[in-house]
Amino acid sequence: MTKVLEVQSLTKGFTMHHLGSTLAAFEQISFDLQAGEFLLLKGQNGAGKSTLLRTLYRSYVAQSGQVIFHSRHGTIDLLRAAEVDISLLRREEIGFVTQFLLARPRVTAEALVAEPLRMAGHSAPDALAEARKWLAEFGVKQSLWRAYPTTFSGGEQQKVNLARALILPQKLLLLDEPTASLDSQARAALVARLAELKAAGTAMIGVFHHPGDVADLIDRVIDLTPETTPDEERNDVVV
Amino acid sequence: MTIALDAPRLVQAQPLLTAQNVSKSYGDVQAVRDVSAEVFPGEVLGIVGESGSGKSTFLRMLNLEETPDTGTYTLDLPEVEGNLFELDRFARRMLCAKRIGIVYQNPHLGLLMNHSSSGNVAERLLVAGERRFTELRERASEALQASEFPLERLDAPPIELSGGMQQRVQLAKAIALEPALLLLDEPTTGLDVSVQALVLDTLKRLQQDRNITMVIVSHDLGVIRTLADRVMVMRRGAVVEAGLADQIFQDPQHAYTQQLVHAKL
Amino acid sequence: MSLSSLTKDWEPMSYGFLDASAKREIRRKMLKAVAVPGCQMPYASREVPMARGWGTGGLQVSLTLVNPKTTVKVIDQGADDSVNAASIRRFLARVSGAPTTLDTLEADLIQSRHRIPEEKLRADQVLVLQVPNPEPLRPVQPNMSIARQMHADADYGRMWLQLYEQIVRSGRVMQGASYPSLVNGRHVMTPSPIPRWDVPKLHMAEHLTILSAGREKRLHAVPPFTRVEPLVFDDVPYKVEEHGELICGRSGAKGFFMNEIPQDDGTSTYEISDSDYGVKTIRQAEGAQVHLGETWYKNGELS
Repeated sequence: MTKVLEVQSLTKGFTMHHLGSTLAAFEQISFDLQAGEFLLLKGQNGAGKSTLLRTLYRSYVAQSGQVIFHSRHGTIDLLRAAEVDISLLRREEIGFVTQFLLARPRVTAEALVAEPLRMAGHSAPDALAEARKWLAEFGVKQSLWRAYPTTFSGGEQQKVNLARALILPQKLLLLDEPTASLDSQARAALVARLAELKAAGTAMIGVFHHPGDVADLIDRVIDLTPETTPDEERNDVVV
Repeated sequence: MTIALDAPRLVQAQPLLTAQNVSKSYGDVQAVRDVSAEVFPGEVLGIVGESGSGKSTFLRMLNLEETPDTGTYTLDLPEVEGNLFELDRFARRMLCAKRIGIVYQNPHLGLLMNHSSSGNVAERLLVAGERRFTELRERASEALQASEFPLERLDAPPIELSGGMQQRVQLAKAIALEPALLLLDEPTTGLDVSVQALVLDTLKRLQQDRNITMVIVSHDLGVIRTLADRVMVMRRGAVVEAGLADQIFQDPQHAYTQQLVHAKL
Repeated sequence: MSLSSLTKDWEPMSYGFLDASAKREIRRKMLKAVAVPGCQMPYASREVPMARGWGTGGLQVSLTLVNPKTTVKVIDQGADDSVNAASIRRFLARVSGAPTTLDTLEADLIQSRHRIPEEKLRADQVLVLQVPNPEPLRPVQPNMSIARQMHADADYGRMWLQLYEQIVRSGRVMQGASYPSLVNGRHVMTPSPIPRWDVPKLHMAEHLTILSAGREKRLHAVPPFTRVEPLVFDDVPYKVEEHGELICGRSGAKGFFMNEIPQDDGTSTYEISDSDYGVKTIRQAEGAQVHLGETWYKNGELS
């Protein structure tokens, strides 16, 4: 097993200058993640599950700790890496899947989905063909492929978003409740795609409202509920 | 935890633009204090801040219109080396004409209002030495088309055009020579919201299609959020916070940035 | 030895009207102008007994160059006999004692307003052109300080832009007289308001041309054998006025620059603009022994 991520004593809190106060999100979290491993984050609302994902993705700034990521370019602490490297890793190796699509005006659904492949250097026709395959897989009607997702319903937007987020196999995938409000076909497609990526070696950290959706994929669980030291559980324990 | 400019690097990417310790005073007023920035090829750097924060002055320095009291500025281009602030007027003019495009908030600064729109674009090609009429016309049309300017108005003077169209002419002029660096100074300020969205959209498309390196200055966080990969927040001439765009907007660290982000509707 | 034997007698004015220091200044500026072809040199521009704007710049240069052996010819739009040309000629002769002529071939110094004679000028002749506005960049840059920087940088894109605009708006280059031209591949100058027909005559010419603006206090020069290239687009050729096929109604001369004379019935007749060439053509037709010099244009085509 190859290590993908080593999280050591990660601490995150929010300083709210206008209130003059700080809000602790989580403290001293440590865990390792291997290639092809699926880690479920659990805890009450507000326990810091999404915050942890965003901290790993560098959308949030951590207070202390280390997040060692084994990139194909070398090993680096994500918390201290230069922004240019974070941008590069986000393009090439670290994916973040949310339930929200950042649609842009006058960009078609298929172009939006093909974009990660284009940025990774695939040719335009190849990227487009692949994009259409995944739009179909997630159940986006063909008539919508060349339409602008800004006008889509929430559910359709989310499917486009998933197709875009999962089209390019990555080393580390952060999943922030991607199944919320998905219909069953799309959910099945999502789980199938995740299983495929996992088998191909993608390490995943996920937050799910209904972990049952991905029960078969879960290798480990971390409980972020405060007052309890975050301890690891096996997936044979009832979640 | 702040990210130092000399943070460990995974990949040895060479920044296109490097500005270091740039300061400038006008009399007693320190307009820009010790600002440093790096922009990598294909990246969009957004600079936000309220009026008088020094962001536009800094941008004008990047366009070599102003010279700071101290500081260095380099571009990683084959034709120039060393501190660009030390270039003479002629070298500055040639560099700006050929490699740096700029779009001003006020179209009067960037356009000849009574010349034709195509002529405004052609002027840049003329400075670079193009002397064929048909070629000038073709390339001007191409640039205008890329800026989504209606070609039936090709020869209309900007004075007869709407604000949004004027910005497109400026943009066409800026990209006509495929610049290495595109500078945008409040490009959508003063436009109707709907027109603003169209201009932003054009910018976004251009950025993606041509992978142009941009520095965009705006007090409008929405504009910066739409375009920028990285953001620099300026206040009273100094940088108070810099980071990845999503980090600045989702988890601002500095009190001023928090105030700015939370004030956004 | 007395003081009177060491000094000149009192005279009502200096030789050639201008005082020695004025002439020395203009001579220096002419030398500079010759050294940097097409570059405008500022000079003091003294008062002469003529209103500014009536050829005072040309007159000052002529007064500086003239000596008692210089044969002087003065033309105004090609004609020797206009009031302005006649009075400048008479003035030059009176203050210098120089002989005058109407014949281009006989002249040593030709002061002209807005034309270059049709007969080729020789290396021993000097052409002085009167210039109302010496700054070709004025239409595109009203600030003269910036215009000078533009000259220094050879920043002439705006000049081409002006041509571009003319073609876009009118389908052709509309610039008639004062066609901006690049001298020696470096400075853009205005050749004074000569017609387009005359601009190619300056290119690699044998004679020296001094262009002087008295009101604007600037002079520039085109030395012999210097390139003078009208600004054009590579794919839009320079065109002179279509006078090649026109025939002078009075002299029968054909293929030269003509003045259009509107008639009562709405048509036009034409008369040769270079009046002395017209006179010589008529004399020749009458059987007189006349020497017609070699012309720049032959049968209406530049040779």
